[in-house]
Amino acid sequence: MKREYDVLVVGGGPGGAFAAKTFAEKGHSVLLTEKRPAIGAPVRCAEGVGKALMHEFLKPEDGWVAAEIEKANIIAPDGFTMELEPEKAGSEVGYVLNRKVFDRDLVWMAAGAGADVQVKTRAVSPIMEDGAVKGAILNQGGTTHEVRAGLTIAADGVESKFSRWCGIDTTVPFREIETCAQYLMTGIDIDPNATEFFVGNSIAPGGYVWIFPKGDKTANVGVGVGGDRCKPGSRPVDYLNRFIARKFPNGKTLELIAGGVSVCQPLSCTVANNLMVVGDAARVSDPLTGGGIYAALYTGKLAGDVGSKALEDGDTSTQALMPYDSTWRSSYLGKALERNYQIKEVFIRLSDEDLNAIVHSVSKMNLSDFNTLNLIKNIISANPKLAIKLGKAGLKTLLDSL
Amino acid sequence: MIEVHREICAYCGCCVSVCPEGALELVDAYLDIDMNTCIDCGICVRVCPLGALEAKK
Ligand SMILES: Cc1cc2nc3c(=O)[nH]c(=O)nc-3n(C[C@H](O)[C@H](O)[C@H](O)COP(=O)(O)OP(=O)(O)OC[C@H]3O[C@@H](n4cnc5c(N)ncnc54)[C@H](O)[C@@H]3O)c2cc1C
Ligand code: SF4
Ligand code: SF4
Repeated sequence: MKREYDVLVVGGGPGGAFAAKTFAEKGHSVLLTEKRPAIGAPVRCAEGVGKALMHEFLKPEDGWVAAEIEKANIIAPDGFTMELEPEKAGSEVGYVLNRKVFDRDLVWMAAGAGADVQVKTRAVSPIMEDGAVKGAILNQGGTTHEVRAGLTIAADGVESKFSRWCGIDTTVPFREIETCAQYLMTGIDIDPNATEFFVGNSIAPGGYVWIFPKGDKTANVGVGVGGDRCKPGSRPVDYLNRFIARKFPNGKTLELIAGGVSVCQPLSCTVANNLMVVGDAARVSDPLTGGGIYAALYTGKLAGDVGSKALEDGDTSTQALMPYDSTWRSSYLGKALERNYQIKEVFIRLSDEDLNAIVHSVSKMNLSDFNTLNLIKNIISANPKLAIKLGKAGLKTLLDSL
Repeated sequence: MIEVHREICAYCGCCVSVCPEGALELVDAYLDIDMNTCIDCGICVRVCPLGALEAKK
C-alpha cells in the first residue's frame, strides 16, 4: 500500500472532497482519508444551499436535489409570516440536497480525478518534524501506520482535532456553538417549494426552527439553539419535540439528526507549515444561518489551487500558503462571514417583542433595493428602541461590517 | 467524571468542538473521553443537543 503522497486530506466531507479533487486534477498524488465507514452518513445537515452559490462550482446532478426552493417564509414569534420571494430572498432561493448522495458523489469525483480514498481510516495524530506537518498516523481497522505527505489538508469538520494536534486552537466558545436536532419527517402538510424559518425565544433561543422541504409531504424539520441557552429539559431535541407536537402531530419521523454548527469567528490563521485548514474545521460556516456547504466547497477548492502552486514551487511553508488565508478572507465569503457575525451578535440578543417588530417592519418595506445595509437602516429607523439597545458601539461595529 | 449515555448519543461531534482540553473524540460511531485530559468543566454536558452526557461525582 502506498505510504507517501503529495497531499493527504483528512476528512471526506464537501471540503475535503473538493480539495482532493482539485489537487488530483492538477496532477498531484492524493490520499483522502475518512474515519466513518460511509461517506456522508449519518447526515449532519439541513441540506439547504443557495442556487447561485452552488452553480459557482457544480451543476446539480440526478439524485442530488431533493427539492427546488422558490421562496422563504420567516415566521415571527407572534405568528406573523413574512414572505421572501425569489428576487428578495437572496441566497435563500436554492436547493435542498440529498447530502448522502451529494457528499458521496463529490468523493467519487475526487477518485475519478485520481485521488486514492480510504474509509474507516482515522487520522490519530500528525507527524510533526521541525515544526512542520509531514503527514499523519492513520488508524485503519485497529492498526496504525504512517502516511507521509508534502501537504496535509485538515478537512475534519466541526469536530476537527487535527489542527489542534498541530498547535492551532480550534475550540469553539460554547456560547458560539449552535446546538441542533433535526428530524427527517414525512406525512406532513408543507409547501414543497418554500423553506420556513421560525424565530422566537420560546421556540429556539439564540437560533431558529427550520422546515426544509425534501419533496412531497416530506421535510427536514430542525432546531438550532445557542450553546449557552441549552439546558436540561430545554435542549434542541426538547424544543424540536415541542414544535412538532404542535405543528405536525401526525408526522412520521424517518431519521434523527443531531449536530453542532460553529457560529464563531473563523480561525485566526488557517495555514501552518505544510498544513491548510478548510471548511467547518476552519470555522467558516455562516454565523447567522449556520450554512457551511458553500464555504466548505469554496475553501476546499481554493486550498487545492493555492496548495498546488506551493507544491510546484517546492515551498509549502506557512508564508507560501498564506495567500490561501488572505484570499478567502478578502473574498465575498470572508466579507459575508464578518458581516453576518456582527448581525448574529445582535440577533441573539433580541427579545420576542424586537423580533416581532422587525419582521413586521421588514414586510412593509419596499424591497426593490434589497441589500443588507438598506435592510439594517430600515429596521433601525422603524424600531428606534433597537438602536438604543444596541448602543453606539454596537451600532458602529454593525454598520462598519456592512 | 463525565459519562456518555451511548443509547442517547447520536455521535454528532457538537461536544467535541467545544471541549477546551481536546479530551473528547468521535471515533466513527462512538464518543471517547480521555479521562486524563478532562478537567471536568462540564461544557460538553451543557451543549449536547440530546442530553447524552452526564457529569458524575
Ligand atoms: C443540524 C445542521 C444543519 C445544517 N444545515 C446546513 C444547511 O442547511 N446548509 C448548509 O450549507 N450547511 C448546513 N450545515 C453545515 C454543514 O453541514 C457543514 O458546514 C458542512 O458539512 C461542512 O463540510 P466539511 O467538509 O467542512 O465538514 P464535514 O461535512 O463535517 O466533513 C468532515 C468529515 O471529516 C471526517 N473526520 C473528522 N475527523 C477525522 C479524522 N481524524 N480522520 C478522518 N476523518 C475525519 C468526519 O467523519 C466527516 O466526514 C448544517 C449543520 C448542522 C449540524
Ligand atoms: S454532543 Fe451529545 S449527541 Fe453529540 S456526540 Fe456529543 S454526546 Fe453525542
Ligand atoms: S468536562 Fe470539559 S474538559 Fe471534560 S470532556 Fe467535557 S468539555 Fe472536555
